[in-house]
Amino acid sequence: MNTNSNGYTIIYATVMVVIVALMLAIVSSVLKDTQTANIELDKKKQILNSLKIDLEGQDAAALYDKYIVKEMVINHNAEVIDTTKFCAFKIDFLKELAKKQEDKRLPVYIANVDGKIKYIFSLRGTGLWGPIWGYIALNENRNSIFGSYFSHASETPGLGAEIAYKPFQYTLIDKKILADDLSFKSISVLKPDNNPNNEYEIDGIAGGTITSKAVEKMIFNCLGEYNAFFNQSNNGGTK
Amino acid sequence: MSKLFSEKTKQVFLGPLSKNNPITVQVLGICSALAVTSKLEPALVMGISVTIIVAFSNVIISLLRNTIPNRIRIIVQLVVVAALVTVVSEILKAYAYDVSVQLSVYIGLIITNCILMGRLEAFAMSNKPWESFVDGLGNGFGYAWILVAVAFFRELLGSGSLLGFKVIPHAFYQAGYVNNGLMILPPMALILVACIIWVHRSRNKELQEK
Repeated sequence: MNTNSNGYTIIYATVMVVIVALMLAIVSSVLKDTQTANIELDKKKQILNSLKIDLEGQDAAALYDKYIVKEMVINHNAEVIDTTKFCAFKIDFLKELAKKQEDKRLPVYIANVDGKIKYIFSLRGTGLWGPIWGYIALNENRNSIFGSYFSHASETPGLGAEIAYKPFQYTLIDKKILADDLSFKSISVLKPDNNPNNEYEIDGIAGGTITSKAVEKMIFNCLGEYNAFFNQSNNGGTK
Repeated sequence: MSKLFSEKTKQVFLGPLSKNNPITVQVLGICSALAVTSKLEPALVMGISVTIIVAFSNVIISLLRNTIPNRIRIIVQLVVVAALVTVVSEILKAYAYDVSVQLSVYIGLIITNCILMGRLEAFAMSNKPWESFVDGLGNGFGYAWILVAVAFFRELLGSGSLLGFKVIPHAFYQAGYVNNGLMILPPMALILVACIIWVHRSRNKELQEK
């Protein structure tokens, strides 16, 4: 048979592509459930990281069930819409951010760390090269920061990518997001060595200015959605 | 049995482990060798993945070798490799999620690993499936043992651990021992590969250029 004729080449290529496509489709659908479970477990680890919990060698799913005592979904007026199990966990926060103000469903995770209530909020934003994301945990006063976690898809290693490490994340601890009159002030990420001396500023990363500013913008945009919730006291009234 | 392990097949398997090593002699596929060797675990996974992919793509191409139209043979080789890499990457995502996150793009980049295309074009296109399989295994292991050797020293000296377990006793640190941060950085991989090539060449004089 002439394996060099045009007809043979075209048929060969077509058959090959169809077989390969079929095979990949089967593999992908068979493994989908296990992969989704892994992604969910990873999300749980990220949320626990914002609570400064050491996950080394521990079952993250069990720890998640232990620390996260309640999940709820609220709207921008801080009215609770949903409090079923995993209601916040299932929300794709990025999609909610793109919706109209009154349609947004905002996830809040409520954790109990050593008897103290902590509130965890999702963060989604864009860095220099790709998406950045994280979680931020506030203390019971809904103002001072208890812990934070950031990660990124493709920031520059050694520069912007430093946001994924503890030295940067720990600078946020005990900073505040509300001004004295309870208006939302957020956190400013300063150019390095500008000596952040008040409770609303942190040091940026040298050489990672765009990523640092992206973190600032992300915190401002995402936490800004919860303004009404921050002004609420823990029993539902205003502060 | 004697046919399966003839002198030639043995040579096909043992050659790439030493005198014809893809990394230290042919200097192929070193991009990934430098990138994934700061820890032992990803290096092991990468070595196993490449071995599996190179062995099976060799077999598949060898089985198809008489039917492949000459003009699109590189494309056919690429499709076979890309399909296998995608399958391996999906399996890793399902059963070794942390490792797959760590290896991130490098699993995908196995497709462009020079060792694979080199073996397919140079060996599988003109040899029988069994020999091609052995050749794939040989080259895969040849690649893997260099990776593991480099990763062993980088993790041991750079992080004081092996496979994530601390092996340098706490007393050493109290006595003033410090992990060598340079070991974690990419240049050290290059220097370690160079050291292996140096030892390798001084032991095998026939590899030295006149």
